[in-house]
Amino acid sequence: MEETLEKILKTYHENSGNIITILQDIEKNFGYIPEEAVNWFAKKLDIPASHFYGVATFYSQFHLKPRGKNIITVCRGTACHVKGSERLINRLCLELDIPEGEETTSDLKFTVEKVNCIGACGIAPVTLINNTVHGRMTIDKLIKEIKKIKSE
Amino acid sequence: MEKNIIIKVCMGTGGVASGGEEVLEKFKEMITKSGLNVKIDTKCNAQKVGCRGFCSKDVLVDVIVDDVKTTYKHIKPDMVEKIFNEHIINGVPVNEWLAGSEYNDFHNKQTKVVLSHCGDIDPEDIDSYIAVGGYNAARKAILEMSSEEIVSIIKNSNLRGRGGAGFPTGLKWELGLRIKSDVKYVICNGDEGDPGAFMDRSVMEGDPHSVIEGMIICAKATQSNYGYIYVRAEYPLAVKRLQMGIDQCYTRGFLGQNIFGSDFSFDLKIFQGAGAFVCGEATALMRSIEGKRGMPSPKLWRSAERGLWEKPTVLNNVETFANVPKIILNGANWYRKLGTDRSGGTKVFSLSGKVKNTGLVEVPLGITLREIIYDIGGGIEGGKDFKAIQTGGPSGGCIPAELLDTEVDYESLAHAGSIMGSGGMVVLDENTCMVNTAKFFLEFTQAESCGKCTPCRIGTKRMLEILERITSGKGKEGDIELLEELGNHIRATSLCGLGMTAANPVLSTLKYFRDEYIAHIKEKKCPAAVCRDLITFTIIEEKCKGCGSCKRVCPSDAIRGTRKSPHRIDKELCIKCGSCFDACKFKAILKV
Repeated sequence: MEETLEKILKTYHENSGNIITILQDIEKNFGYIPEEAVNWFAKKLDIPASHFYGVATFYSQFHLKPRGKNIITVCRGTACHVKGSERLINRLCLELDIPEGEETTSDLKFTVEKVNCIGACGIAPVTLINNTVHGRMTIDKLIKEIKKIKSE
Repeated sequence: MEKNIIIKVCMGTGGVASGGEEVLEKFKEMITKSGLNVKIDTKCNAQKVGCRGFCSKDVLVDVIVDDVKTTYKHIKPDMVEKIFNEHIINGVPVNEWLAGSEYNDFHNKQTKVVLSHCGDIDPEDIDSYIAVGGYNAARKAILEMSSEEIVSIIKNSNLRGRGGAGFPTGLKWELGLRIKSDVKYVICNGDEGDPGAFMDRSVMEGDPHSVIEGMIICAKATQSNYGYIYVRAEYPLAVKRLQMGIDQCYTRGFLGQNIFGSDFSFDLKIFQGAGAFVCGEATALMRSIEGKRGMPSPKLWRSAERGLWEKPTVLNNVETFANVPKIILNGANWYRKLGTDRSGGTKVFSLSGKVKNTGLVEVPLGITLREIIYDIGGGIEGGKDFKAIQTGGPSGGCIPAELLDTEVDYESLAHAGSIMGSGGMVVLDENTCMVNTAKFFLEFTQAESCGKCTPCRIGTKRMLEILERITSGKGKEGDIELLEELGNHIRATSLCGLGMTAANPVLSTLKYFRDEYIAHIKEKKCPAAVCRDLITFTIIEEKCKGCGSCKRVCPSDAIRGTRKSPHRIDKELCIKCGSCFDACKFKAILKV
């Protein structure tokens, strides 16, 4: 971990970065914001850890808990809502056995999350499965995709 | 005889999601193959283009043979071979896959200014932009015009901020020029956060250089040497293409020191947002670039006086900047004549929801909602009845059928209880519950409220609780009045635009669809059969053929029955997900 953090620190100095760019780099490298990483930067830069957490909890891009290996993002934009995205989420959580209020399965295989709008409203409802955009999603198609991932 | 053949594959987010990349690869493969086996003299070139706006028909492919353009719709990789052999080699278009009159109607009724190059040029190649006159406006502005001249043209064009508030762009730039400071900034707001809006994404992905060029002109007009493009985290393709564009500009000397050989310098950087709707608000956006929590501040002074790092800052939306090069080249009069007396030019809308033709629509201001929905959008999907159109995202409202002849501009939409906003238009049909829609938007603003001011933080929470109560059948007498009271207070006392407009979806639906609220509260019924707690699913025995499709899709094993005899739903086990309703081919499931 130390090595990666050093690299992030170097980019921070080179590009006159700030807390947000540091957190974005941490998230990119680890998939979430580990406490150790925040403490490490707090010490190195002499910025209170609370400042990092203040920013990290403000923006939805940052996650404080480890996330699943496969990430399914359901768009909750207006067009997707009108075309039934709420039902997709309900069914996904049921299918993957994710308890209410949680996002990730206990075996860390899947994370189901919502996004405000990815701007592909013309092909709503839209779902991202590991960053690939799938348009005109249906419950059937979604279940098939999950089965495919599970069997891999 | 040498034929000049160009193939264009739509590679916007919509195109890529529908398999654009595979289609492009297949074309390239066919071209290479034919070069070996088939002997024809062709200059054949397959390129990627940005979003052309008609996303419901993706993947769209243009085949241009000696300037004759043919457009195909819904193209899959396995269809490429036939198109290649029949059309490109033998010269006979594959008729059954043509996009046809629908495609032409959709485009012919629009007036394309901002989108004129989207879907036509390769967004990743600066030469493709230069070939259509790109950077002529910036060169002219830098080398031949004074800052005052640029400001005066923009003022005369009547261009108003396309981000939603509609502030006259020329006035903003004039103020930016007048304020003296050693450091000044130009910011492009690409934090398109409204759910249901994707105009800016398409411009950034399809014609990124037009935004960069607009910013260079603005920098000259306001004498600013530094710029930022703030792009939201959810738009990775836009970030990639803008970055490529910026790099290309530095190489050509269009950005950096002494641009176009003049003594003017302008540096431009991208800042990627981290996912917060409120960062679309100017002061919050600037805090975000500074690396802080994106919370708005009271507007004690204009950003043009004190903005980013307390320095004078001119901030405009993506679409506003994209208009600028065209105004410089074609003149203020040309642009002003396109719109209405109060607002010049065209506006791009993203038309989505329950309408036949979804996609991007660019129209002159002053057009009616009816023309957009029926003439361009092709009417309502599946022959259903129109119920309302939602404009302006979570800050806007719902406009009912009786106001369909409203002219689209900043003032008329505000008068109808909505706003123009950044340009999202979501069509709602008879199967949409208006209370649920209002709840949907309030959930959104409530979650995105930054928490700084009390009316927005707590007021929206209380309103949402009331709406949750109503949609779950626990609504009380007086709830409607309480919603109105709260809504008006939040509007009057919130700190920033997010709070001030948060109640709009509720207040506008209360104004036009009050009876739906009353049905939820008094009769405990959802007229559109959407709210889960207020509906039941039953199987109509006479219609059920006992095929078992519903039983197979039911996630909670609530459906009982043997093959070829009528099934029934166990109400205790039913979770009302609606899967059976969708699966039944005989319309034997009743949802009330």
